[in-house]
Amino acid sequence: MSTIQGYILPGLPQPLLTPEANPGYGRLREAFCTVRDEIAASKADVLMIYSTMWPSVIGHQILSRPNPQWTHVDELFHDLGSIPYSFQIDSELAHLYHQKSKERGLMTRTIDYHGFPIDTGSVVALKLINPDNRIPAVVLSSNVYADRAETVVFAKAAKEALEEQGKKAIAITISTLSNRLHQEWIDPKDDRIHSQKDEEWNQKLLEFLRAGRLEDVAQLSRQIHKEARVHKVNNFKSMWWLASLMGEHNRYAGTVHAYEPVSGTGCAVIGLQPANSAARDLEFDESSPEVFAGDRNVLAPSVSHGMSSQSPEPGEGS
Amino acid sequence: MTQGKIVAGVIAPHPPHIVYAENPAQNEPTAECGWETLRWGYERLRNSLESTDFDSIVIFSPHWQTYVGTHFLGVERFQSLSVDPIFPNLFRYHYDLHVDVELSEQICNTAADQGLVTKMMRNPDFRVDYGTIVAGHMTRPAWDKPIVGISSHRLTNYFSADVMQRHMHTLGKATKEAIEKSGKRVLLLASHSLSHRHFTTETELPEDMSKEHISNHSQYLWDMKVIELMRQGKTKELFHLIPDFVEHAVAETDSGALTWLLAAMDFPSKPATLHGYGTVIGTGNAIVEWRLDEGGAS
Repeated sequence: MSTIQGYILPGLPQPLLTPEANPGYGRLREAFCTVRDEIAASKADVLMIYSTMWPSVIGHQILSRPNPQWTHVDELFHDLGSIPYSFQIDSELAHLYHQKSKERGLMTRTIDYHGFPIDTGSVVALKLINPDNRIPAVVLSSNVYADRAETVVFAKAAKEALEEQGKKAIAITISTLSNRLHQEWIDPKDDRIHSQKDEEWNQKLLEFLRAGRLEDVAQLSRQIHKEARVHKVNNFKSMWWLASLMGEHNRYAGTVHAYEPVSGTGCAVIGLQPANSAARDLEFDESSPEVFAGDRNVLAPSVSHGMSSQSPEPGEGS
Repeated sequence: MTQGKIVAGVIAPHPPHIVYAENPAQNEPTAECGWETLRWGYERLRNSLESTDFDSIVIFSPHWQTYVGTHFLGVERFQSLSVDPIFPNLFRYHYDLHVDVELSEQICNTAADQGLVTKMMRNPDFRVDYGTIVAGHMTRPAWDKPIVGISSHRLTNYFSADVMQRHMHTLGKATKEAIEKSGKRVLLLASHSLSHRHFTTETELPEDMSKEHISNHSQYLWDMKVIELMRQGKTKELFHLIPDFVEHAVAETDSGALTWLLAAMDFPSKPATLHGYGTVIGTGNAIVEWRLDEGGAS
């Protein structure tokens, strides 16, 4: 098994920079510390991190710089302080991941530039769960144009690269659950989930993940995106990547280490450990592609099917 | 004190490719050529602006993305390295710029007085976004004028383009009012593309112009439509079309930059000058100038 456990972690900076500002931020900080201890006790060779807070356009980007260093400031919560960092990246794995992705038809590239802006979520997570750089990491972008097939195949390329190098990974996605922020400045003491609707969707997600139903959550990603996410990108893809890398099933024991509001968003620290039995497989109805064949042009005539948008029936040539 | 004035408003697109192709000393990568129609357009803009004087440049950038309110740069000097998050192979730019903090605060406070959520950015470690830097460099490469940097409150993502229009209209009016009270002569830059659907792959040689074209024809039609409205001085009609433009052409006017610019200029009926149009990795980009003083190419 190339992936020994998984985590879903929030990426907002409050648990790192101002844990004392709200008891909930403090509990999130404690939960990060629990994850830190679990990771330290694991036999993982690498932390594989997919961040929803690192958008990319030219396919997916893979951080490969061996020792990126900078002082990071969040573009929204800049008043909370600066975050100096120095991380250890598994450059060898990053390059193989890039190669495996290309072989599967994906556009990817490695990132090895001094000063490249690593996103807040990845910085916060690595500072809190891997403070001594005990385990090297590989950090991945979220391609704004990718949909499910591309994301699932991207995760399979990760699995293949890990297997080829004989490495065991901890798979991590950086994402809030609901991501609606309050639209005015609030006293952190008064923080709460943005709306009852977001709270209900968060509770549904937590119920699924506590039961270890990771693949079910992945299969529901489109609905979650529609209901509980601000539509910054075309879908809520992080669960596709995580579920695909971890095996596309529900055989996990889920632990919700913390769930708290941060500036209105739903922030949860969730762990997923492999289990012997699976929760009910109720939501599986999407396919599991192995290679990405590119976007289909639905407006132009389709060569393979002889169809166009004006064809009255599928299969009728134009 | 003399009443301040907006001397010109400009759509100043920010693809990092055009700085890359200029080969300035501040940028680490070097190019053979590329995107000349846009670079020559910026050259015409710079020539046009030589006929006026101004004290400060206000730049609204879609790449400083804030989900709670509109933010303003509030530190007097920034020196650092800007690495483009999407095209780090093309843009690694060493910048050294000054901020007109006084004007920044005046616009911030005026906008807050008119009901908008605003915030000054006071962290000296903050990295200025590449949208601000590219528009600033291409318009005034000497960086000899202080700037005001305004973030893009992501209202279109969060609510809708209609909500964005309402807020950015208010921000534009607040900008105008604050500038008039400041007594300064100010240049406004709305740093954005028009249609904004990118290619999702990049050629081995990024500046290979045989591969550059618009992503799709519908985007081109939309770009030509909005440019014609600008050239005809139909800015109110343009304002009302922005939500449709955003929806149909994935336009970067979703950022609020164009709405802000038009409102700050009080919807000029004078025809704008199109200095150049070109595509960058499939997106449509135009350099457009409205001169509000007596000079210029308009």
